[in-house]
Amino acid sequence: MNFPSELKYTKDHEWMRLEGDMAVIGITDYAQSELGDIVFVDLKAVGTKLNQHDIFGTVEAVKTVSDLFSPVSGVIAEVNTALSEASTVNQDPYQNGWMVKIKLSGSAETDALMDDAAYKTLIGQ
Amino acid sequence: MKEQLIFEKSRTGRKGYTLPDADVPVANASDLIPKNLLRGDKAELPEVSENEVVRHFIKLSTLNHHVDKQMYPLGSCTMKYNPKINEKTAALSGFANLHPHQRPETAQGALKLMYELTEGLREVCGMKAVSLQPAAGSHGELTGLFLIRKYHEKKGNPRKTILVPDSAHGTNPASAAIAGYDVITVKSNEHGLTDMADLKAKLNADVAGMMITNPNTIGVFESQILEIEKLLHDNDSLLYMDGANMNALLGVARPGDMGFDVVHYNLHKSFSTPHGGGGPGCGPIGVSERLVEFLPVPRIEKKTEAGKEVYFFNYDKPDSIGRMMGFFGNFGIMVRAYTYLRMHGAKGLRRIGENAIINANYLLSQLRGAYDLPFDEPVMHEFCLSGDRQKAKGVKTMDIAKRILDFGFHAPTVYFPMIVHEAIMIEPTETESKETLDLFIDVMLQIANEVETNPELVLGAPYTTPMKRLDDAYAARNINVKYTPKPEEVEA
Repeated sequence: MNFPSELKYTKDHEWMRLEGDMAVIGITDYAQSELGDIVFVDLKAVGTKLNQHDIFGTVEAVKTVSDLFSPVSGVIAEVNTALSEASTVNQDPYQNGWMVKIKLSGSAETDALMDDAAYKTLIGQ
Repeated sequence: MKEQLIFEKSRTGRKGYTLPDADVPVANASDLIPKNLLRGDKAELPEVSENEVVRHFIKLSTLNHHVDKQMYPLGSCTMKYNPKINEKTAALSGFANLHPHQRPETAQGALKLMYELTEGLREVCGMKAVSLQPAAGSHGELTGLFLIRKYHEKKGNPRKTILVPDSAHGTNPASAAIAGYDVITVKSNEHGLTDMADLKAKLNADVAGMMITNPNTIGVFESQILEIEKLLHDNDSLLYMDGANMNALLGVARPGDMGFDVVHYNLHKSFSTPHGGGGPGCGPIGVSERLVEFLPVPRIEKKTEAGKEVYFFNYDKPDSIGRMMGFFGNFGIMVRAYTYLRMHGAKGLRRIGENAIINANYLLSQLRGAYDLPFDEPVMHEFCLSGDRQKAKGVKTMDIAKRILDFGFHAPTVYFPMIVHEAIMIEPTETESKETLDLFIDVMLQIANEVETNPELVLGAPYTTPMKRLDDAYAARNINVKYTPKPEEVEA
């Protein structure tokens, strides 16, 4: 399984990539593999204000529906409308499978996230 | 597909009935019914003969899996065999041909049955009173939560939250949300029981109540229940029991004695009525003294008039939450449950509980070792394995479940509860013989062996079912449940 070293990770299996004051967020390769075939991705609307750990959407797989938790505080600036084809998350979780871009309201909390090594330890890899 | 749709069998003009000549003047529907209520298009009902209908549905019933065919070890669902006598009593003319608008004095037998069923259920769970209105377990949950809300409202503060363990059935948080509560999850500890420290941390003046399944969804009895009861009641929070796993308690232990304020009964689980598949169901609730006055109306009661016992519907309950169901609930289901209750009696019910527990423990004793057992605790009527070891070999729990189908069994519950990775939850019920259990054990051991020696075989399963492995992701993404005739089948 692939866990790029330039990303930050959460214990809830989201990844985050910083692009200036914008955080790009999706779910990890491990998360998509555990979920299995993803059927729907339901994301909150652009403009939604989020605190860290708030739910920014849900992901529905054949066997379960899971909440998605924001690793950072901010406002949803963009959602990936291409995820109407939800299988993209299974095939390409880090690039085309991104879910939301959040304009950060602070920067400190991103430091508390895991690097790839810590995340691999968390999932026992 | 091995069987056409009934619509595809349709041929213009074919029918399975003959009507006599009308002995009243014939009128057109359009002369009798306002135009805005009349259908403009053809109804497109299938036109088939009687034997085609019979063969079609008999064939479908054999393609399907059902408990009359083979064991159905679906954890937390109690798929016990439903005795056929239930169908006989429910079909008795005096019950089957009743009209719900009939005057109560002309339906005393039916009312007596309902009254005695509430009394029987009340006794089984040690509750103060029972309502038969809810039409399903989840509907019972909603009703119970409305009672809890009313209890707090009457005290001046409706409160905001319901506590639900992380091992709970999904219906619990769903019902709480529909009843207007925020849901707070309580963690499980390393034994799969309530994490008491987490419960204490989350218990505050906003907590209206807690929903607990006992035994819980990994089949373990919540041994801290009396401690939980004291914590909650000291906080004036009420205690709800999800009765999905009541089969393990029948005749052995009573929720009322554990201090529960509401319990719902899944008549289709513990009391052998059909699993409806969305059809008519019945999920009665029993309540403690605290909630009796709030129960739905009408309540069925008994009085003595001129030296005769008379059963009647009592609507005069000012603090009632009102109706939860049209008329009086699904009566046909009540007849079946009553039959089951009376056929077994107190001693019989206890044997049901005991045999359900013995069967589950026997299965576990034979499967232990071949699969992982994440919570190795004394189990009641069901237990939860993990397919982690098999997953390491590239075979997921879903693949194992598909392979089980090849041997004529229904699959166990999989990927639930959420606290168990690659969960396989098995509940044999009391109605299976040792020979059937042994057959199922052989299947599970064989599959465990196949995962080691020939994983490809398991990954390709099922092979013997009418439909092979389905693309359930495609089906979920492109759901289509409406039949649309192909152009050439539409009449000109």
